[in-house]
This record gives sequence, C-alpha cells and structure tokens, in this order.
Amino acid sequence: MSHSSATRAASPAHIDTSTGLDSRKLAFWSFIGSECLLFGTLIASYMAYKGDSISGPYPHETVLPDGTVVEGILDIPLTSVSTAVLLFSSLFMVLGLAGVQRNDRKMGAFWLGMTALFGSIFLGFQVYEFTHFWHVGLTLQSNLFGSTFYMLTGFHGAHVFVGVLYMIVLAALVWTGRIGPEKSLNVEIGGLYWHFVDVVWIIVFPLIYLIP
Amino acid sequence: MSSETREVLHDIDTHTDHGSTKTYWVIGGYLFVLTALEIACYYFEDELGSMASAIILALSAAKFILVVMFYMHLKYDSRLFTGVFLFPMALATLVIVGMTVLYHVLHPLPR
Repeated sequence: MSHSSATRAASPAHIDTSTGLDSRKLAFWSFIGSECLLFGTLIASYMAYKGDSISGPYPHETVLPDGTVVEGILDIPLTSVSTAVLLFSSLFMVLGLAGVQRNDRKMGAFWLGMTALFGSIFLGFQVYEFTHFWHVGLTLQSNLFGSTFYMLTGFHGAHVFVGVLYMIVLAALVWTGRIGPEKSLNVEIGGLYWHFVDVVWIIVFPLIYLIP
Repeated sequence: MSSETREVLHDIDTHTDHGSTKTYWVIGGYLFVLTALEIACYYFEDELGSMASAIILALSAAKFILVVMFYMHLKYDSRLFTGVFLFPMALATLVIVGMTVLYHVLHPLPR
C-alpha cells in the first residue's frame, strides 16, 4: 500500500462519500439533532409549568397567598459543584481524544477513564439530590415541579449513565490497543455524545437552579 | 513499527485540525470562570435585579458556544455538521420559547 493510499485508509478526513464526510459522523450528528428535540420538549414542559405548583415542596423560596414564606429545596452550592464536575469531564474527554490521536495509548485511556469517573461523580451527586428530595416529599406525583423536574433531570441522568458506560468501554479499548489513531473517529463520536450531554446540562442548570 | 506506519500516524496527527491540548485547557478555564460568574449572579440577584436572569442566560449561551465550537469541533469541521445540529437546536429553542410565552404571558394561571 502506498503512503498516500495508506493515509486515505487510515485518516477519517479522507473518505469517499457523496458528501466527502464520514457517514458515521454525519449519522451521529443527526442523532444528536434528534436528541435536541427530545430535550427541547422536556425543557419546554418544565418551563411551561415553572412556578405553577399549587403545593410544595417548591424549588425556590416561595411566598404563599397567606403570606407564609416557604424555603426552596434546591441546593445551589451542591449542584454548582456537580456542574463543575461535569464541565471538567468534558475537558478530560477532549484530552483523551487528543491522546488517542497522537498514539499516546496510556494518556488516552487515562483521560477517558477520568471522564467516566467524573461522570460517575456527577451521577452520585444526582442520586444524593433525588434521595434528599424524595425524603422531603418531592415525588413524580407531588406537584408540577416534581413531575417536570424528575422527567428532565432523570432523562439527563440516564444519558450520563449511558455515557459513563460508553467511556469505560472506550477507555478499555484504547488501553488494550484495539483503538489507535487510525480508529480515533470512534473516540471522537463518543466525545460528541459526552459533550452533548454536557451542553444539555449547561442549558438545564441555569433554567432550573439559577433563575427562580 | 514500520517507517510507513510511522509516516501514516504522523500524517494523521498533523492533519487532525481539532485544536491543541493547550486550547482545550484554556477553554476549560473559560468554562469554569463563566460557571462561577453564573453562580455569582444568582447570589447577587438582589443587586442585579431583573438583569440577573439575562446575564445568567448570556453566560450560559457563551458556555454552550464554547463547548460546541471547540470541544465538539464544529469550528474546525464541515459546515454540514453545524447545519445538522443547529436546525433541530433552533426548532427546540422555538418550542421552549413558544411554550414559555404561551403559558406565562398569554395564558398565565390565576394566582
């Protein structure tokens, strides 16, 4: 195989398709587009009913019609830390991809493993938060806030969980040398999924937690 | 490793126009600072008044753009990917804004 044909076969940038782009990557971007609509409907439902719960627990401090002030149940410091954790996991993801692309197997696997670890920490925060909310009486059935909050953050958490499994598999494949620079597109596509999950949280975090 | 393989790997490395590791760390720093500012806006809501929500949304939009452009590589990739992503994103935004206006401005629940 000549040098140029070997490069074409190995590099995802040289693909003979009608668009000149790798079909797997285009398909994955289309999937992400469909995920935008899924999360769009969940966020729209949350926004439509935001502040309309007629019974507690309430997300933020609320003044009832009789003048009573009720404390909100959202824990901003805790969620701020979990948000930072998820942001750092996105940084680790690109560092992992960069490691794979420059054939640094150890660093590639290390950063992908760190991505999975930080994703797991984020999930741990979410499990703690959900458990706390359940103990103070917020369930799917308790009020509009409970229904829309659990649906939105629950779907997001499920996506993070899938992403963590995805990252563990990718880290193992990179570590064992079954994914190298010539197959780095597999890691890049995994990265697209992970960053999308991060992007959704970038939108969800202020809408639920920071804007009363 | 044969010399041809080394050349191929070098080719792949140098043709991966997805930003450098340094760029990724810098973007990570920006994201961290923007998040800190968002949270600060929440705590200084009384001082900022109605501007707080607008500032938080603007900071959130900036973070969104940074991740999509640099971490998801849309800045370096084909514009077709940008279109495939942004069209449904715009539709989703329209649905969110539409529902919010419908339920909170046009037909708010009586309080």
